Amino acid sequence: MKKLYGIVGLLVVFSLALTACGGGGGGAFKVGLVTDMGGIDDKSFNATAYAGVEKAIAELGVEGKYLESTQQSDYAKNLQQVLDEETNVIVTVGFLLGVDTATAAKANPDQNFAIVDYAYPDCWPGAVEGKECGSATELPNVLGLTFATDQAAFLAGYAAAASTQTGKVATFGGINIPTVTIFMKGFEAGVKYYNQQKGANVELLGWNTAANEGSFTGNFDSLDDGRSFAESFVQEGADIIMPVAGPVGLGSAAYCKETSACKIVGVDTDWTVSAAEYTDIILTSVIKNMDVAVFDAIKAAKEGTFKGGVYVGTLPNNGVALAKVAGATAELTAELEAIKAALIDGSLTVDSMLK
Amino acid sequence: MSDQAIQPVEVTPPGEDPKKGTRGKIWQALLVPALAVLTGLLIGAIAILAVGENPLEAYGALFAGSFGTPDRFIEGFQTYFASGDTSKLLRAIYPITESLVATTPYIFAALSVALGFRCGLFNIGAEGQVLMGALCSAYIGYSITGLPAFVHLPLAILAGAAGGAVWGMIPGYLKARFGAHEVVNTIMMNWIAFKLSDWLLKGPMQASGSRPVTPNVEATAELPRFFPDPLRLNWGFVLALAVAWLVYWFLFKTTLGFEIRSVGASPDAAKYAGMNVTRNFVLVMAIAGGLAGLAGTAQVLGVDHWVGQGFSSGYGFDSIALALLGKSHPFGVVLSALLFGFLRSGATRMQSMAGIPIDIISIIQGLIVIFIAAPAIIRWIYRIRAIPVSDEAMRTRGWGG
Repeated sequence: MKKLYGIVGLLVVFSLALTACGGGGGGAFKVGLVTDMGGIDDKSFNATAYAGVEKAIAELGVEGKYLESTQQSDYAKNLQQVLDEETNVIVTVGFLLGVDTATAAKANPDQNFAIVDYAYPDCWPGAVEGKECGSATELPNVLGLTFATDQAAFLAGYAAAASTQTGKVATFGGINIPTVTIFMKGFEAGVKYYNQQKGANVELLGWNTAANEGSFTGNFDSLDDGRSFAESFVQEGADIIMPVAGPVGLGSAAYCKETSACKIVGVDTDWTVSAAEYTDIILTSVIKNMDVAVFDAIKAAKEGTFKGGVYVGTLPNNGVALAKVAGATAELTAELEAIKAALIDGSLTVDSMLK
Repeated sequence: MSDQAIQPVEVTPPGEDPKKGTRGKIWQALLVPALAVLTGLLIGAIAILAVGENPLEAYGALFAGSFGTPDRFIEGFQTYFASGDTSKLLRAIYPITESLVATTPYIFAALSVALGFRCGLFNIGAEGQVLMGALCSAYIGYSITGLPAFVHLPLAILAGAAGGAVWGMIPGYLKARFGAHEVVNTIMMNWIAFKLSDWLLKGPMQASGSRPVTPNVEATAELPRFFPDPLRLNWGFVLALAVAWLVYWFLFKTTLGFEIRSVGASPDAAKYAGMNVTRNFVLVMAIAGGLAGLAGTAQVLGVDHWVGQGFSSGYGFDSIALALLGKSHPFGVVLSALLFGFLRSGATRMQSMAGIPIDIISIIQGLIVIFIAAPAIIRWIYRIRAIPVSDEAMRTRGWGG
């Protein structure tokens, strides 16, 4: 009998705690984020986008939460869950959510959405709207957050070509999809521009835009793959490698650190900060400020100035950037500044180098 | 701590006087799994407490996420009777339909593993077979156009079952012909399936556009849904229940089923009784593969309508646990699949409302499996007398080979 009282008492305490929790929070501005596969702590894509939400929690006082997708059928279900909670802004991460986000946005025209790495209209001729693509028209309640990553990668390619000792640089990707290959294209253009300017003959391994072919691990999670790819590139004579595969690149960085045979160009974030243990072998990083874009979208929604359409992160608006180049000479720094200016005013384009 | 929380359960001591009726037997069979689930939830609650969250709030959200909330049901019925508007009612039943959607592939995949266990085979290849079933049914679903649904849909379903069956039959044949262990070979077949799908999705089966996914299947190949969007419950669930009954009938009411169970109980005895053991290995692995293939098929034709690189988060691997939990009996498997389906579905809401990572569900599922695999722990905690070991030995054979 005594034990029964104990249990009842415990239950009462719990339910009091429960009501206490449920009481507050009404009327707060709410943000819900739905991740792509890979988890919230992937140190790359999902994590950077959620960093924007965390910043909004800290600076704007909004309520933020996330839902992880672990398989493709989760996308629609997770979106339904955040919709159900009457969130003010829904952020979806990754282009695999492109179709489901558009479908949800059309069914809920008063709900604001922001989607990272995707934009509407996305339908090609003959595609079935709502199935193969999201929307044939621009959606007034969805802001697509896209990034001209190739501009920053162009600078990285130039810096790598200027820094190589062996005359060979390399890159590889996770999966052959546009958000990955845009890094590799920009990198290739930068290397070619260096060769053109300096009459040099720096060779790029692992990617060829003309053939649309390159080296891909086929995943975004195997550190072992990152290691073995780096090893084989070094054997082929490369000494600077840009892995565009999220955490896979950490495997490459580990290999470079152990052997001191190569340097790494980080992607998405500044790796001297996010992977600080590898700072001494990081040449530079191609930064894609997803967190800033997500934060700005949330801020606009909170202030009532949210507008659908497409945001393009570029060098001038600091949506993309090149991190500090380790050991750069004054000459190289000046050249990079000049190229950046030329890319911004349009006198130099990435595409012109890839023809 | 655990002793006190567990106390109330002990008021139902089982089988003190072993009534040998069917009801007594079912009770016996359900008791340990039920207690294992309860214990898993209790330890899960401790884990939630440990990360500084409120377990009641978490489990409340889990329950609401898998079954729905009463006030929504009331509101739904009120609106429906007042105005005939079903939208609120549909919103109320959404969680429970989603749970059944999550259950469907679990039933198929777990039936696959359970059938293998019954024949003394340990099919770790369900994950690969699920994927092959998905790819084959998707291919038939999108590549053939202009067929009426009553031809196209069965064709796509059969293609999915066939894809899984081939993937299961290969290790079955290797075991029968060369004595190669099915555990090793089914694992290797998984990897072949993963890499094959990567290649197919980036090459021959890729839809136009840049995403590494297959085209959508034709409307004529879709398993019809019961409700309008966004409710995704479809005929796949009914098919799963029907197939579970079919597997039961096959195992317990046919001669072949008896042979399979005999081989599982003792291959040597079966051999000397004149049964063809090796033929049964191939046959069972093919059927098991087909069942797993149907898991992928139902998911593609009923829910997703396309296949991408993150198609399954591990139905095939979870199904091993489900088969153990369901004691390798088709009806037990349906119950355990319902449990995992509801847990998984409710976890979405739990993560969203209570901020508990969905990984906690994996912990609870893992704990349940540990307690099922080692029932002595449960019997010791709850002071239950051991049941006769007649049924137990059979399933464990497959582990050691």
